Amino acid sequence: MDTTPNPSKHDAQHAIQVEGLTKRYGEVLAVNGIGFAIRQGSFTALLGGNGAGKTTTIAMLLGLVRPTAGRITILGEDFARHPKALLARMNFQSPYADLPRRLTVRQNLTVYAKLYGVRNAKAEIANLAQELDLNALLDRPLGELSAGQRTRAGLAKAFINRPALVLLDEPTASLDPDTADWVRAFLARYAAEAQATFLIASHNMLEVERLCDGVLMMREGRIVDRGSPKALIAKYGRTNLEDVFLDVARHGARANEIAAP
Amino acid sequence: MNALDSGTPRRIGAVLLRHWYLISGSWPRFLDLCYWPVVQMILWGFIQTYLMRQSDFFAQAGGILLGAVMLWDVLFRGQIGLAISFFEEVYSRNLGHLLATPLRIGEYIVALMGVSLLRTVIGLFPATLLAIWFFGFSLYSLGFALIAFFFSLILFGWSIGLFVAGLVLRYGLGAESFAWAFIFALAPLCGVYYPVSILPGWVQMLSALLPAAYIFEGMRAVLIEHVVRADLLVYAGLLNVVWLAAGIAGFLNFHRAARERGMLLQLGE
Repeated sequence: MDTTPNPSKHDAQHAIQVEGLTKRYGEVLAVNGIGFAIRQGSFTALLGGNGAGKTTTIAMLLGLVRPTAGRITILGEDFARHPKALLARMNFQSPYADLPRRLTVRQNLTVYAKLYGVRNAKAEIANLAQELDLNALLDRPLGELSAGQRTRAGLAKAFINRPALVLLDEPTASLDPDTADWVRAFLARYAAEAQATFLIASHNMLEVERLCDGVLMMREGRIVDRGSPKALIAKYGRTNLEDVFLDVARHGARANEIAAP
Repeated sequence: MNALDSGTPRRIGAVLLRHWYLISGSWPRFLDLCYWPVVQMILWGFIQTYLMRQSDFFAQAGGILLGAVMLWDVLFRGQIGLAISFFEEVYSRNLGHLLATPLRIGEYIVALMGVSLLRTVIGLFPATLLAIWFFGFSLYSLGFALIAFFFSLILFGWSIGLFVAGLVLRYGLGAESFAWAFIFALAPLCGVYYPVSILPGWVQMLSALLPAAYIFEGMRAVLIEHVVRADLLVYAGLLNVVWLAAGIAGFLNFHRAARERGMLLQLGE
């Protein structure tokens, strides 16, 4: 992750570049002029308490929320000018969006494969079913599945177009520890194979420490700190990221020590 | 940004496929589409049979009520079919997923129209066949005029359906009841079962703005006078252009407002 607070150059090295991104709902400033850049092929965590602005930030990166101000550059292109072309190369999973529960897993994946223009949809669905242990569930309606099984189906949808940029909001929240572990292994394997970039909002600090090479810490709509998990742990004099998170959530960042570019 | 590209038919097809999976995967859902048009047709068929025995007018204008009820269903099913197809995405909290794909909003509107057409045809076709069997009235006896009537009415239905879907986008599922209420509020003005000329003068002025009023007048001209009134079809067509443009503009504006207010990820049951 690039620690530059307000990156001004747009280059091919960065999968996401955000400058002065702001979202205001009436009197409420949900996201307050944030700036960051995420290197291609990296895993970055977006951390913060409830209402910190993580979901709004991700929704703006997906075009689902219109920013009040600011600029988003994704995969080297201005998102405001080419949203649909860029969305074809991205995908996401969020607890705020479900797939139709009356359709089977296979039907859902087939529909999304067509929407994303996946060339060999059958093979891609078979491959994802294998990777995410969905083979026995493919022809069952989503509504008959457990929360964890639905999460895995949602992840299959998030990878159906082999995206270059993946945005995941709490990807392992409803999974048992064993399943969560191999899902994390799948994410790491995919990132290595596809040179994909991940932006993950998570409350699971162990997951972030294991997967992510960069962290953006949000509080009250601002990015209040950033750096690698190890650097942040050292900076706050803690032994793990969870304690760093609690420090930031309760007391704010060590503002005078925010990582320099 | 281009409104259309080579992937447009595929993406529209994907939304149609999603709804075909939904309809074809459930026999109760499939039967529900046909149930009300058949019940309506039977009810009005018997009313018409009774009136034909009591009145020379109805005896000579056979099928006038059955034709009216089935054409009204084209308008109603067209409108509700579009709105319900949109609500399905809201109920299932799938709208955020759909709108974060390469699917353009214009493509989504066309797809909703396609689903509505499919639902209307599935719903009405059995009723038209049963009307022949039970009451000896064939809607197809309207000839080529039926094609013009059908598309004029379904276009008007889509205009209203798009506006209602936009209301739900902007105000949430609390506005869902408009899908049912709005169209029935227009029914008395459309002259479905009676000529618009019996309405009070100021109401007739409102009726003159509705494409459906010309279509039902045209249907009576075919069934009673055996003439196809091209002038009525032209009026209806011109008004449909205005109504459809207003419906699409309304939906797009509500979509813009929903995106502004962060509603697209929040909508759901």
